[in-house]
Amino acid sequence: MSLDIKKIPAESFERVHIDSSQAERITKPSLSFWQDAWLRIRKNKGAIASIFILVFIIIMAFVGPMVSPHDAETQTITHANLPPKVQGLEKLGIFDGVGTLAGKEVDLYEMKKVDTYYWFGTDGLGRDMFSRVWEGTQISLLIAFVAAIIDMVIGVAYGGISGYYGGRVDDIMQRVVEILYGIPTLVIVILMLLVMEPGVTAIIIAITLTGWIGMSRIVRGQVLKFKNQEFVLASRTLGASNGRIISKHILPNILGVIIINTMFTIPTAIFFEAFLSFIGLGLQAPDASLGTLINDGYKLIRFQPHILLYPSIVLSLLMIAFNLLGDGLRDAFDPKMKD
Amino acid sequence: MTKYIIRRIVYMFITLFLIASATFFLMKALPGSPISSASKLPPSQLAVVEAKYGLDQPVPVQYAKYMLNLAKGDLGNSFQFKNASVTDLIMNRLGPSVLIGSQGLILGVAIGILLGMIAALRQNTIWDYGSTLIAIIGISIPSFVFATLLQYWLGVKWGLLPVALWKDGWMSSILPSIALAMGPLATASRFIRTEMIEVISSDYITLAKSKGASGFEIAFKHAFRNALIPLITVLGPLAAGLLTGSLVIEQIFAIPGIGEQFVKAIVSNDFSIIMGTTIFYSVFLIVIIFVVDVLYGIVDPRIRLSGGSK
Repeated sequence: MSLDIKKIPAESFERVHIDSSQAERITKPSLSFWQDAWLRIRKNKGAIASIFILVFIIIMAFVGPMVSPHDAETQTITHANLPPKVQGLEKLGIFDGVGTLAGKEVDLYEMKKVDTYYWFGTDGLGRDMFSRVWEGTQISLLIAFVAAIIDMVIGVAYGGISGYYGGRVDDIMQRVVEILYGIPTLVIVILMLLVMEPGVTAIIIAITLTGWIGMSRIVRGQVLKFKNQEFVLASRTLGASNGRIISKHILPNILGVIIINTMFTIPTAIFFEAFLSFIGLGLQAPDASLGTLINDGYKLIRFQPHILLYPSIVLSLLMIAFNLLGDGLRDAFDPKMKD
Repeated sequence: MTKYIIRRIVYMFITLFLIASATFFLMKALPGSPISSASKLPPSQLAVVEAKYGLDQPVPVQYAKYMLNLAKGDLGNSFQFKNASVTDLIMNRLGPSVLIGSQGLILGVAIGILLGMIAALRQNTIWDYGSTLIAIIGISIPSFVFATLLQYWLGVKWGLLPVALWKDGWMSSILPSIALAMGPLATASRFIRTEMIEVISSDYITLAKSKGASGFEIAFKHAFRNALIPLITVLGPLAAGLLTGSLVIEQIFAIPGIGEQFVKAIVSNDFSIIMGTTIFYSVFLIVIIFVVDVLYGIVDPRIRLSGGSK
């Protein structure tokens, strides 16, 4: 059923003018960089799950030792090597404090006349594994975050200066990097730890010693890409200072890359700390990190698998979550994927 | 290309020189001394021992001597193992390390390539997600955690394979190789997936398809070959990862390799073994990265033009 156009009153039509002032109107609501990234990361199930896992682990790292009725340091020799036991779950046949002793399954809590609960069991000195695991997580996270931040600051500053000022400065700085880049991280980290007093600071210094190089190379590349673009030239023409150009024009543009890189530095730092502690170069007792806990547990794996199990699970979850989140952020910040 | 190679070789030597010097002075700065447990000796005896190892000379002289010997390929003698030469100590232990390292690398890269191809060809299906999951786990779970799990379940609980000690010949190398393979597996599979997806969407694949080539033929004959080339670039980081892994894996499985000896030397303050192994590792990694870069320039002409600016 077609309408006869002539029957429609002329008043219902309106002449359309080309309004040049409207030509550049933005119809889509303008999204900031962060809103845009958030919209995309929200769709990434793995990244969202990782955020929840990370928040949970970080909260537990601080709340865990407080919640547990036992603290991490107290050694109760009579309570040594107890398997995990949790209120409520014990009736289901799991976490009921039953362990093997001389090849037989016995309720070790009953045998040792322990009437309290150790959620993750105890270690060889009767210390509560639940508190120890979360305090270890705290230390591991602390090392990882501090190392990542130091890497970021040095890397961004070095790469930024080298890329922005270019010329002879860049030449010299890049030759230095080229030489340092050839030094295997593992070797330098082990050597430094041998010389320094073992402890959290030593590990952080050892990890950051070569850690910033990757960041500096990426930042330099990005700065080189942006500093010759028109908007920077325009800003310079208008008389903006170097400081203003860097902070207002270049930094916001490379922020995504910096964040992604930092997200991948954190799991690397966690791994290195655990690795060093595992080969005996890391923290020394009584300090405990996830790495030292795993090392302790490894020695007793045949008899007390629970001592190895919980720190390993937390460490693996942390690593998986940071890697997944890093992946998600990379997809979210990647301008190539913008629609 | 020749200019690029020469430049890289020069840098290689500068890096090595720096590492060797740093190693030497750091070792000198160490609190312990390899003969500190012999301090019960009367001073006259102690002086004899020190003179024997050249420890009585001023540090610059020791340094010059050390660097000269190094240039000749002599890494000095061990304090611990009855004066055995460090070069010999390292060479004697090379076998097991090379065996598990190469087995781990080959196994990991082969399975990784397979997983990556499956993921790329069946993009956004359960196959893809499965292989991504394996890759994430492989990257995330530290090799020493994975190794202890393998040891506990396959070795202790089920008794399938030898748990530790290098006594059952090749059988003993299976578990450590699997533990080492996880890293290369994860890296290779993710890398191949990205590359394959990129290659598959290129024009010549569409052409092959329109000419009626079978899916299998396209995947293996056309796409795979080009996706494989960039894999060379990750060989450097992979080798570094294998080295790191071997330190703990050899410890866990009690394998008489270089890594195990290195960790023991760290504990017992055996300077010359630590220095020797450090330099050995550095040479190994630096040469691999160099070979990889040159190889890549030869295989992929697009890189050659830009002449080494990374």
